Amino acid sequence: MFNFLIQRILIMIPTLLVISIIVFIIIQLPPGDFLSNQLSELRSQGDTAAIEKIAFLRAQYGLDKPMIEQYAIWLGVWPGADGFAGLLQGDLGHSFEFDLPVNEVVGDRVLLTFIVSFTTIIFTWLVSFPIGVYSATHQYSWGDHTLTFIGFIGLATPNFLLALVLLYFANLWFGTEIGGLMDEQYLDAPWSMAKAGSILAHLWVPVVVIGTSGTAGMIRRLRANLLDELQKQYVVTGRAKGLPPLKLLLKYPLRMSLNPFIADIGNLLPQIISGAAIVSVVLSLPTTGPMLLQALQSQDQFLAGSFLMALAALTVVGMFLSDIALAALDPRIRLGGGTTR
Amino acid sequence: MTERPVDPRDRPLEHFVNEEPFDPYSVEAITPEQERFFMASQWKMMWWKLRHHRIAVISGAILLLLYFSILISEFLAPYDLTTRDRRHILAPPQTVHFFHEGKFKGPFVYGYDSKLNLEFLRREYTPNMEKVQKIRFFCRGDQYRFWGLFDASFHLVCPAEGGTLFLLGTDRLGRDMLSRIIYGTRISLTVGLFGITISFLLGITLGGLAGYYGGWVDSAVQRTIEVIRSFPELPLWMALSAALPVTWSPIFIYFGITIILGLIDWTGLARAVRSKLLALREEDFATAAVLLGASPKRVIVRHLLPSFMSHLIASATLSIPAMILAETALSFLGLGLRPPITSWGVLLNEAQNINAVVINPWLMFPVVPVIVTVLALNFFGDGVRDAADPYK
Repeated sequence: MFNFLIQRILIMIPTLLVISIIVFIIIQLPPGDFLSNQLSELRSQGDTAAIEKIAFLRAQYGLDKPMIEQYAIWLGVWPGADGFAGLLQGDLGHSFEFDLPVNEVVGDRVLLTFIVSFTTIIFTWLVSFPIGVYSATHQYSWGDHTLTFIGFIGLATPNFLLALVLLYFANLWFGTEIGGLMDEQYLDAPWSMAKAGSILAHLWVPVVVIGTSGTAGMIRRLRANLLDELQKQYVVTGRAKGLPPLKLLLKYPLRMSLNPFIADIGNLLPQIISGAAIVSVVLSLPTTGPMLLQALQSQDQFLAGSFLMALAALTVVGMFLSDIALAALDPRIRLGGGTTR
Repeated sequence: MTERPVDPRDRPLEHFVNEEPFDPYSVEAITPEQERFFMASQWKMMWWKLRHHRIAVISGAILLLLYFSILISEFLAPYDLTTRDRRHILAPPQTVHFFHEGKFKGPFVYGYDSKLNLEFLRREYTPNMEKVQKIRFFCRGDQYRFWGLFDASFHLVCPAEGGTLFLLGTDRLGRDMLSRIIYGTRISLTVGLFGITISFLLGITLGGLAGYYGGWVDSAVQRTIEVIRSFPELPLWMALSAALPVTWSPIFIYFGITIILGLIDWTGLARAVRSKLLALREEDFATAAVLLGASPKRVIVRHLLPSFMSHLIASATLSIPAMILAETALSFLGLGLRPPITSWGVLLNEAQNINAVVINPWLMFPVVPVIVTVLALNFFGDGVRDAADPYK
């Protein structure tokens, strides 16, 4: 187990490093950058003080240096000009659009993204578990067909549209305020019980919306796995020996078919974070999605880079944790030497 | 010694010899039906198996219709893509009637009377029972350029002379939604096709190399796949499509988007190809091909690929929906395709705010073809996957 842990950590580090390179390349891809776009605008207005400030920012964040050096500075392995330490030392750079350090702009957003994603996974589990078990034990029944069909519809409906419609009905039926993740008075308030409660009351719309597509996939996999197990000899033996049906189901085949719940976090997490990105734009949630979109459009490179990096890191760490959990649960994986295949 | 009477049971058996010539094939005679089955090619057997999958067949038919419709979008749409009716802005859908005052009139719609509601500052439309506007079929209507090649004005259905035919309402510029959806089909469905072609080529090449050579090539490809998979797709797509220069023409943007979609999607296919190749290259026929001096490319393409092509097609079918949904999402956010290119996602971009849901719900209608297409592709892909191994 210890070896497995070390091995996984050793894979994770280069993965994150490569991801940081890709992120850096992507945010450098669009022609021009935020500062030079602004520079030409300011030149036409003749605002010398602002132009000087931009030149200062440029030097400060090493934007006048060659690409590779810029990357090294951004990553934090190369000393930047005074004050800029880089990602590895917890300094995310400067958001040119908001004229604030990225750390301050990002603030609670990554945490809220984490909360939304985590709740969505729990929701996915809670919903897909009973439905999957029911579908498998009542294969081809009327209920199975209906549930499967609903699952497919969930898979096929674009998230953002579901979000809009649900938002409308949430407002109509429960009077939940449209959009956002909390009532307005808590927006800048410090964390408190009331704020947490308000978040919980708002959370269900995005969670349901983001969860639908993942839930459908999970139901199908659980159903398929459980169906495979149910046909095996040991189930027949158990039944022949007179085990009560419920005990027989819970004790053996169900436990065997639970693996995807853990293993699928690896697939589920990127999907959920993707879904969250677009749903939160529609619902204007204070998560990473809307601000990432804005930062990408205005080429605010440090902000966009930090968000992309944070999302990718969240995914990689989540997958790492799911691998560990899976290995702890299932000796076949732990002893089989890795999770290839 | 007296001759004892011979017991009839001890008498040697009379030897039976059939005079007719022996035909060994007559013993193993098979019915023509069986022969047809044994002689059938793999693809034929797949087709037989697929045919029994009712939902897959229905889905396949729907897909065929949809893809056929993109060939003649201009003819099917009652209006041209850009025709604007300034007197009917955000008009609700018109319903088709058959009977007017108890008398059969054939399909017709009631024309709209509009008045400006000054309180909410919007137009309100009421059907006018006097204006009976009969729908014309196979008729001359809006001028269009068929595939940009030649001018024509022949339509399947047209509004009555001087009348309107907005079966799905109009948008905020007074353009017919139905026509725009029909034109959007062309873009939305082909985005998936081009995207899957790119991801198919990448997946087969890289997965093939990894599976055939193994060793460090395999590890390199595997690590690349792991890195790409650990990226949440949508933010990556967002970042890449935001990187497409604004100055590009819409058609370049279109190809840019399809390439981006394909570039990230190939990992699943590559994995499938790799694991299949790893298993197949140990087979005798692969060794034989190598010993006969076939080049790696020939071994892969000629001998190994055909044995799991059907699986690849199934998984490709199953990954088109994701692309269609992704294009819809990107265009919805304003990062994907941009007008004047019209796709379902671009149309949905209009339905971005809550007003659309409350006041003009028909602006959300483009989601229906999205759902239908995605469902059909999913069911069809499932059917193909089940049929992919007909020998089972």
